[in-house]
Amino acid sequence: MTAILTRIQRAQRGNRHPNNPAEPAEWGTSVDHLAALESEAVHIIREVVAEFDRPVLLFSGGKDSAVLLHLALRALQPAPLPFPLLHVDTGHNFPEVIAFRDRLVAELGLRLHVAAVQDWIDDGRLTERPDGTRNPLQTVPLLDTINEHRFDAVFGGARRDEDRARAKERIVSLRDAFGGWDPRRQRPELWSLYNGRHTAGEHVRVFPLSNWTELDIWHYIARRDVPVPDIYYAHQREVFARDGMWLTAGEWGGPRNGERIVTKSVRYRTVGDASCTGAVESTAVTIDEVLTEVATSRITERGATRADDRLSEAAMEDRKRDGYF
Amino acid sequence: MAGLLRLTTAGSVDDGKSTLVGRLLQDTQSILSDQLAAVDRATRARGGVELDLALLTDGLRAEREQGITIDVAYRYFATPTRKFVLADCPGHVQYTRNTVTGASTAELAVVLVDARNGLVEQTRRHLAVMAFLRVPHVMLAVNKMDLVDFDEPIFRCIESEFAAVARSLGVPDVVTVPVSALHGDNVATRSARTPWYRGPTLLEHLETVPTGREAVAEPMRFPVQLVLRPRTAEHPDYRGLAGQIASGVLAVGDDVIALPSGGRSTVTGIDTPDGPVLRAIAGQSVTVLLADEIDAGRGEVLARPEQAPRVVTELSADLCWLADRPLRPGARVLVKHGTRTVRAIVTALTGRLDLHTLHHTEPPDALELNEIGGALIRLAEPLAVDSYATDRHTGGFLVIDATDGNTLAAGLVGSRNAA
Repeated sequence: MTAILTRIQRAQRGNRHPNNPAEPAEWGTSVDHLAALESEAVHIIREVVAEFDRPVLLFSGGKDSAVLLHLALRALQPAPLPFPLLHVDTGHNFPEVIAFRDRLVAELGLRLHVAAVQDWIDDGRLTERPDGTRNPLQTVPLLDTINEHRFDAVFGGARRDEDRARAKERIVSLRDAFGGWDPRRQRPELWSLYNGRHTAGEHVRVFPLSNWTELDIWHYIARRDVPVPDIYYAHQREVFARDGMWLTAGEWGGPRNGERIVTKSVRYRTVGDASCTGAVESTAVTIDEVLTEVATSRITERGATRADDRLSEAAMEDRKRDGYF
Repeated sequence: MAGLLRLTTAGSVDDGKSTLVGRLLQDTQSILSDQLAAVDRATRARGGVELDLALLTDGLRAEREQGITIDVAYRYFATPTRKFVLADCPGHVQYTRNTVTGASTAELAVVLVDARNGLVEQTRRHLAVMAFLRVPHVMLAVNKMDLVDFDEPIFRCIESEFAAVARSLGVPDVVTVPVSALHGDNVATRSARTPWYRGPTLLEHLETVPTGREAVAEPMRFPVQLVLRPRTAEHPDYRGLAGQIASGVLAVGDDVIALPSGGRSTVTGIDTPDGPVLRAIAGQSVTVLLADEIDAGRGEVLARPEQAPRVVTELSADLCWLADRPLRPGARVLVKHGTRTVRAIVTALTGRLDLHTLHHTEPPDALELNEIGGALIRLAEPLAVDSYATDRHTGGFLVIDATDGNTLAAGLVGSRNAA
């Protein structure tokens, strides 16, 4: 806990040694690819803070949003974060991730909005799906919350390498009044000039990690000591097999008839709705072991761990058109 | 750790661009088994037999249904020496718009031709767009060499013709490689079927072409994005100018001028999240501390006084028109340059670039979608500009529709402004 605090405060304060301004090797000489990606992301975050009135950062507690938050703190330090976080909570959470989120928010003094899918179900604005999956249900609470708070720029941790539809996404991407994405009407995005102009009711989604891959994220977590939830590292867990993935037993969906609980050494490559996010068998308990595992994996992270992307060839595109992240 | 190369591709329909991109991804082990399985499933669903690598890159529903590529797609691959960000541009629909987008950030362009056809009109257009946007390195891949029996004279003929066109366009650095994307010859591995070819494979060239030097060698430009004033107990008086160094080198002790406002000061510190540094270079995002509280907020550019950009209220520029509605003189628009957006009027069109001859025509009545032409633009407020020819990182701007906010054109500051 304290470890997280010191690491992030160090990031915020800039880790100064006034009497010894020893230049970190990467500054002032050459720019390696990770430093180039970092500088690009910082530039994007600063553009949005300068040009928009009410930004918000989508924070799931997963590794990509943890890196995004870390970059935002670095981009604006020593000033405090001038915008809140938003978590769209499916209710199917990993308790470790919620604990991580709450610790981070408390220790850094951040503002957090939670849009709970359960609230929308309780008051009838949403209906539970027959299969019990809540990932597709996140869109309505997300859009309602954006409208309610009049957020005009919504930072997300999506990466182009995750999915074919995301590969065609702009860094600053316009959403219409219904939150929808129209891939045929995207603005050309030239040089590093981002056009975020929008009319009343429209907003933009901003993806500073567009050009990062899963491996870049892990290299960055290692380089900058970015805190992530423990479940990204190998641990013993009670799981059951479904659709070729290891799912965590829980009140929301399993095990069902015939599915047997076993204890395995697993870790998560992605963290989403617990009912459709699978774990992978792993013994990687250190960051170096995770890096080795990611570098040699022959399956993409979404392919390995996300049931929601297997619904159809264009599952992500269809969800994005409706206003999904 | 390895560096980063941003590249783009350009090819006509059917010269095998998707196959080449698929080959590059596959031979660098960047396609994972579940992606391959998905492509295989999609190929079979469409009645195909041989793995259709185009389905790997064509991601949108409409693209897959119609078998065409609609939009620029970004692809990522890496080798032990470098990481690559590839802007894959479609060959036909919205061709110029997409190619301009991909080329604007590329340090290298791979142009493809079919060895059986040699240079075609589209090849000249591709090269002209790359030259127009001053992509520093251009590479020609002569594809489908297997279909001409890896014949050296055919390759040499295409090579010299391309070199001549490149010279006439002022493209400095051209490398030509004989490849078969389908079979992998000279893409990632040297082909035994081209013993007469002594140059690098396509991937070898991508791994070794110099990057970034150009930006560091140019005069220092630091567009201010925002002023960081925390006003916290810990930092009551902190006032830092946050931005990304667009070009050149910035060092503590440098005298600087802020433009267009004209205030002068000295750099007393360069802050990074890892602590203060003594110098920083093009591409790095930093926070600059000055000795004096001059007017240097968002929209100002810091430069060395002896190498300052020119402050103008009238801009002579080339525009690549990207909107369906044509541009006519008198149009009221917004110009976004660096971190400053100003109102503007296009007062005149001065010519249209003929991409076949690369000459400017008579002043046209209008500039249509995908056309490139010269324009005079009157600005409501001054801008500090460099010509695109001298600084690719500060010479570009956007023309934006003031009403709906859409991006209408890519603008390149002409050299007449920076006399």
